[in-house]
Parts: sequence; C-alpha cells; structure tokens
Amino acid sequence: MANLSRADVEHVAHLARLGLTEEELARLEGQLNHILDQYTILTTLDTEHIPPTAQTIELANILREDVVQPSLTADEALANAPERSGGHLVVPAILGGGEGGA
Amino acid sequence: MTVAQAAGKSGALEKYEAVIGIEIHCQLKTVSKMFCGCSTDIDGAAPNSHCCPVCLGLPGVLPTINKAAVEFVIATGFAIEATVASTTRWDRKNYFYPDLPKGYQISQYQLPLAANGRLTFDTSDGPFTVRVNRAHLEEDTGRLIHQDLDGRRVSLIDFNRSGMPLMEIVTEPNIRTAEQARRYAEELRLLMRTIGASDAEMENGQMRVEANVSIRPIGREAFGTRVEVKNMNSMRAVERAIAFEIERQAVAIDAGESIHMETRGWDEGSQSTYHMRPKEEENDYRYFPEPDLPPLLTTPEWLAEIKARLPELPATRRTRYREAYGLSAYDAGVLVNDAAATALFEGALAAGAGVPAKLLANWVTGEYMRLAKGEGSGGSTDPAELAALVKLVAAGAISGTNAKEIFAEHFASGAKVAAIVESRGFRQISDAGALGAAIDTVLAANPAAVADYRAGTLAAIGFLVGQVMKATRGQANAAMVQTALRERLDKV
Ligand SMILES: [Zn+2]
Repeated sequence: MANLSRADVEHVAHLARLGLTEEELARLEGQLNHILDQYTILTTLDTEHIPPTAQTIELANILREDVVQPSLTADEALANAPERSGGHLVVPAILGGGEGGA
Repeated sequence: MTVAQAAGKSGALEKYEAVIGIEIHCQLKTVSKMFCGCSTDIDGAAPNSHCCPVCLGLPGVLPTINKAAVEFVIATGFAIEATVASTTRWDRKNYFYPDLPKGYQISQYQLPLAANGRLTFDTSDGPFTVRVNRAHLEEDTGRLIHQDLDGRRVSLIDFNRSGMPLMEIVTEPNIRTAEQARRYAEELRLLMRTIGASDAEMENGQMRVEANVSIRPIGREAFGTRVEVKNMNSMRAVERAIAFEIERQAVAIDAGESIHMETRGWDEGSQSTYHMRPKEEENDYRYFPEPDLPPLLTTPEWLAEIKARLPELPATRRTRYREAYGLSAYDAGVLVNDAAATALFEGALAAGAGVPAKLLANWVTGEYMRLAKGEGSGGSTDPAELAALVKLVAAGAISGTNAKEIFAEHFASGAKVAAIVESRGFRQISDAGALGAAIDTVLAANPAAVADYRAGTLAAIGFLVGQVMKATRGQANAAMVQTALRERLDKV
C-alpha cells in the first residue's frame, strides 16, 4: 500500500508552487495514495526481460544542422509580456530559490 | 584576522583532508542555439532580440537537437578518454525560476553523452589525474537583472541566453587541494579551446566553475557534509575560494559547529565565501525523460569520424615538444598553454627549415611572450621572420642584444628582419679584410689562449671566437671568424 504522508503532499505542492487549502490537502492525500496504489499493481508483473523504455514513439536520431534561422523581433518576443522596461520583460523580484545559470 | 589566518594558527589544516568535486559549464561554440535556430551571437545584443517561440518556452513548440553541439560533447568525451554512450537521451529538470521560461531545463540525467573520463595535468606536486564522472549537454537559462523600478523590487529578464548550448562536466570527488582544482579547470579550459568546443572565457560566463567542498579527518573514509561554492570568476578565484572554504570548515568543526549543506558564493572584495541558499535535494528536480525529443543513437562510423577530426591534444603536444625538440617540461607547458605562442612556434618551425627548435622555443616563451603580454602591445610576429632571426642568432651572426632589438622592432612595425639588420647596421661582417683586422687585434691581446690552442687545447678557439664577436659588437659572421682564426693559428 502506498503511504504518502501529509508532509509529502505539502512538499510536492510546494515544488509545483500550488497553494492548497487544508481541505484540498486532505482530499489530495487520499487521491494521490489511491493513484499510487493503482500503480503498485504493475509491480506484480514480471518485467525481467523487458528493456526499460523512456519513449513510446519509434523515432531516433532527429538532429538539425547548426544553421541560424531568423529570430523574432524583440517587440514580437515581448508581445505578450505583462510588463516591459527597456526591452526587458519585467517580473516581481524573486530572490533565492531556483538554480540560476543552470 | 581572516579565517585563513585563524586556520593556519590553529593548525586545523593538518588534521583534515579536503574532498573536492568540480562541476564546469562551458558554452559551446555553435552558431545557433541548442534546440532552436536562434543565433548564439548575443554579446552586446539588445535584450530579447535573439529569441523565438522555442527558447521563450511558448506553449506547443518542439525542440530540435543541434548536431554540432552533440559533436562537441562527443569530441570532449574522446579528449578526456571517456566512454561515449551508444544510446543517449534527454531529461527534464523541473524547477521554477523566472530565467527558465518552460519551468524545466532540458538536460541529460540518466544517460549522459560521455562518462568515466579522466584528465591528467602537472601541479607543483607532480602530475595529477582527475577522474571525470560525466559530460552532458543541456540548455542555458535567460539572464536576470534585479533592480528597483518605480520603487518596486523587480527582476528584468533577457532571454537571449535562454537555450544557448551548455556542456556540463562533472568530476568525481577525487580532488584534494585547491591547487589541483585550479589546475584541473585550467587544463579543461585549454582542452576546450584546443578542440574548438568553447572559448571558455570565465570573465564573460562562457566557462562557469562550481566546487563541492567537504572535509574529513585524515584517515577517515566517510565524506563530510558538502558545501557548493559558486561565483568564482577567474582561475585565481577558484583556488582562493576553495582554500578559504576548506579552512572555514576546519575552523568551524574545530569550534564544535556543524557544517550545513548549502550553496555559498565567493566574494572577491572580502576574499571569503558567504551563504547564498540551502542546497536543493536532487530528487526535488523530479527528472523525467523529455517526451519531445527522441533518443540519440551514436553509430560507430559517426564516432570514428568525430574522433578523427580531433586536433593534437595539449598533453600529446607537450610530450612531443619534450621528446622531439628537447624542451623542458616547463617550457613545453608554457608554449602549449598559449595558443598564439604555439601557433608561432609551429609556424616558425615550418617556415624556417633547420631552425634550432630549442632556441626558437626560448625566443617564443621569452621575448615574444614578454612583448605580447606588454601593456597595449598590439604588435605581432611573422613566424618566418622569427625563424630567420633565430637562425642568425644560432649561426652567431648577430649578438643576443642586437637580436632582441631587431625582434622588438619587427614586433612593433612588422618590418622584415633582413631590412632591420640592413638599416640598423647590424649587418654581418663577412668581409675578410675587415674581419682580419679585428682577428689580428684579438690574437695579439690574448697570447695565453693562442698558446693553449697551439699546445693542443682546441677548445680555446671558442674563447677567441667570442672575443672577436665582442670586438665587432656581434656583427661578425661567426663561421667566418672561426675559419679565419684557424687559418692563422694553424699556420705556425
Ligand atoms: Zn530560439
């Protein structure tokens, strides 16, 4: 049986930046555990001889040559920006968190 | 008192061993971005002028893999003797930050392009080999500028850098000193430039070095808590930041404090590291296979082709210089570290048949590099002219002092060596009559050397040649001087 705790649900919600009410957290704890229980059925199957799969489409090696294509204009790139300043997109400051520079 | 001084005084460093792993990101030298056709020529460009729906992370777009970027990572893999994967794929690294428009970075997690490599280089303690865990491909993020706008704290975003191709190279934690860490980064930078994968300039972020540093009591196997150190913008900063961090941890542990898993930044001004943020756990990134990109299978033919294109690597070149030309390890290292010096050395060897390589190397690492590094130098050297000059010096036709003047003038003006020799009166005296007078004077002034030679000490002639060269201010033809001296001395 899956045993996702309330703390796990809160952690996952935080990683997804979802603000959940007490009621929602309680409901999701039940639902997520239920979903995980469904998946545990799969673990009863013998997969010993099946290679791991990450893709279901039968494609491989789709590469493009290193050739420059036209970009959007800065104006087009920012067309949907809620706010701009000097060619930049403006967002509320978020300090800390994030990886920054990969 | 700085932490470093405190550690030195407490002797903390004698009790602990540092365990260091290095992660380096290099911007690859492609003309277009990693997963779209936007130009990578973003230096000095207007913000958000090099973007498209793909690198802006707009909904519904699909990435396509830049073949040249893949080839640069494979080439790097071969250069560090790594295993290049026959099957590789991409994964999504999920996190939220305004410089990452998709909410995930396309990276490689489970199946990197290259794994299990190594890089060997010299240190003040002799050669050292760093084991490389992996080299993989990923995309860069946008750039944020935090500032006040109309009294609000905001972040300004420029997505020009978003989607630039990055190679991440991660070592095993087998580095033990700050010097080894710096030397590793320097050797990797040289390798990147040699194979043309990256310009790897740290100052403008083309190469970013991060270190994971922990310490443990000497003799203990288990690792201590590691701290990630960032923001090291020069090779010197890499060495200093790591040395500082080792000492900071030693002092803290000795004082009974515990080390926290965190990311610290290097502050150049105070020459110390400071807390930036707690380090995220790896599984918080919720990696999963990128469904929009098919796997990549590398065929043996393709790999062989990439391997065949590799230029001579720095380590091979240093060995060749030592073995073929008799250069010292130090001189070979200095030459190979400097691309312009290497090109000049190789060019002069090719242009001047019979030019003595060791003397040539001395000129390149000495006079050339001194002038090239001088303030506002802006001069240049024609390899063929340097070869001609070195040959004149080797033949004893020009004194060292005169040769340096000639070289400096060539470097500044580009004038031909022969023309400078002519115009400055450094012409060789090859006129038998003019030489004869100088030789007679020298012979008269050095009866002891003359007697030695005649008594069978043939080496005495070298001294006499030197005296004639001195008397003619280095302008005599040394070979002619020797012949003329012999004629006179052998005739009793
Ligand atoms: Zn783009």
